[in-house]
Amino acid sequence: MKQTLTRAFKAAFPKTVPIMTGFLFLGAAYGIYARNAGLPPAVPIIMAAAVFAGSMEFVLVDMMSAGAVFDPLGAFIMSIMVNARHLFYGISMLDKYKKCGKKRCYLIFGMCDESFSVNCTADIPEDVDSGWFYFFVTLLNQIYWVAGAAIGSLIGNFLAVEGLDFVMTALLTVLFVENLLKEKCHAGSAIGVCAAVLCLVIFGADGFMIPSMLLILLALTVFRKPIEERLQ
Amino acid sequence: MSGFTIWQYAAVIGAAALGTMLTRFLPFIAFGRDKPAPKYIQYLGKALPGAALGLLIVYCVRGVDYSALSSTLPTFAAILVTAGLHVWKRKMLLSIAAGTAVYILLINLIH
Repeated sequence: MKQTLTRAFKAAFPKTVPIMTGFLFLGAAYGIYARNAGLPPAVPIIMAAAVFAGSMEFVLVDMMSAGAVFDPLGAFIMSIMVNARHLFYGISMLDKYKKCGKKRCYLIFGMCDESFSVNCTADIPEDVDSGWFYFFVTLLNQIYWVAGAAIGSLIGNFLAVEGLDFVMTALLTVLFVENLLKEKCHAGSAIGVCAAVLCLVIFGADGFMIPSMLLILLALTVFRKPIEERLQ
Repeated sequence: MSGFTIWQYAAVIGAAALGTMLTRFLPFIAFGRDKPAPKYIQYLGKALPGAALGLLIVYCVRGVDYSALSSTLPTFAAILVTAGLHVWKRKMLLSIAAGTAVYILLINLIH
């Protein structure tokens, strides 16, 4: 048993090293941002561990910052929408994670973009237990992210920079551009921006998110045929 | 400090954790080898990410005051720098750091 674990850890750890730097830095930025937004030190750390979906955590900081309106239902709907891509990850990992026994629950809970991409593409040597390999990749990535958040939350006590909140806009811009460069059809992205701008003009900054999400879902459903053809 | 109580924090974080878990667990609960995911769900899994990210960018700039150049210029200049640098170098941390630095610099210069 011990040997199985050691072998799996030794195979998994090197695959997560490139993710470590990114998660520590971005996690720290998120922690500092949360403290600057007026959240107590423990909140960003608990959120990093419990939600474990980077971009959604930035949005949550915003939804709980000073002056924000208490809206758990909005947070629930938004998290489904923002994380809808996980549906796709899950469908890809159905067979691979089915064989992993009790670890399966944790693997699914911790399936962030980075853990998915490593686990989905890894060539696991034959003498390594794949279940434990997936487990260590997922666990290490989560440790990096929570550690980054904790470091940032502590630094945030002493560091108040005006304008640091732009880090969230920058992160989402990068994710949006990255997705644009990868996707085969830009209709979904265009619908997202246009629907949001339209609803922002009509409903104003405080009430445009839910109408936007409904409009996006409606547009994607109405234009499903042409979009789906181009996505193939 | 934020005005939320501990229970309000717990409720928002719990709701978001639940929603996130739903997106991760649903395929494993609902679909399997003999019961493939409905085409509509598969389609949403592909088409929604871009739409959601587009929506979130608008969410980030929702508070910009379009009547004041000191509000619009730093935001949109920094977004352009972030996006341009990312198309050019494709280095996530570099794009984020440079874009944020440009923003901080601009809002401190333009007042």
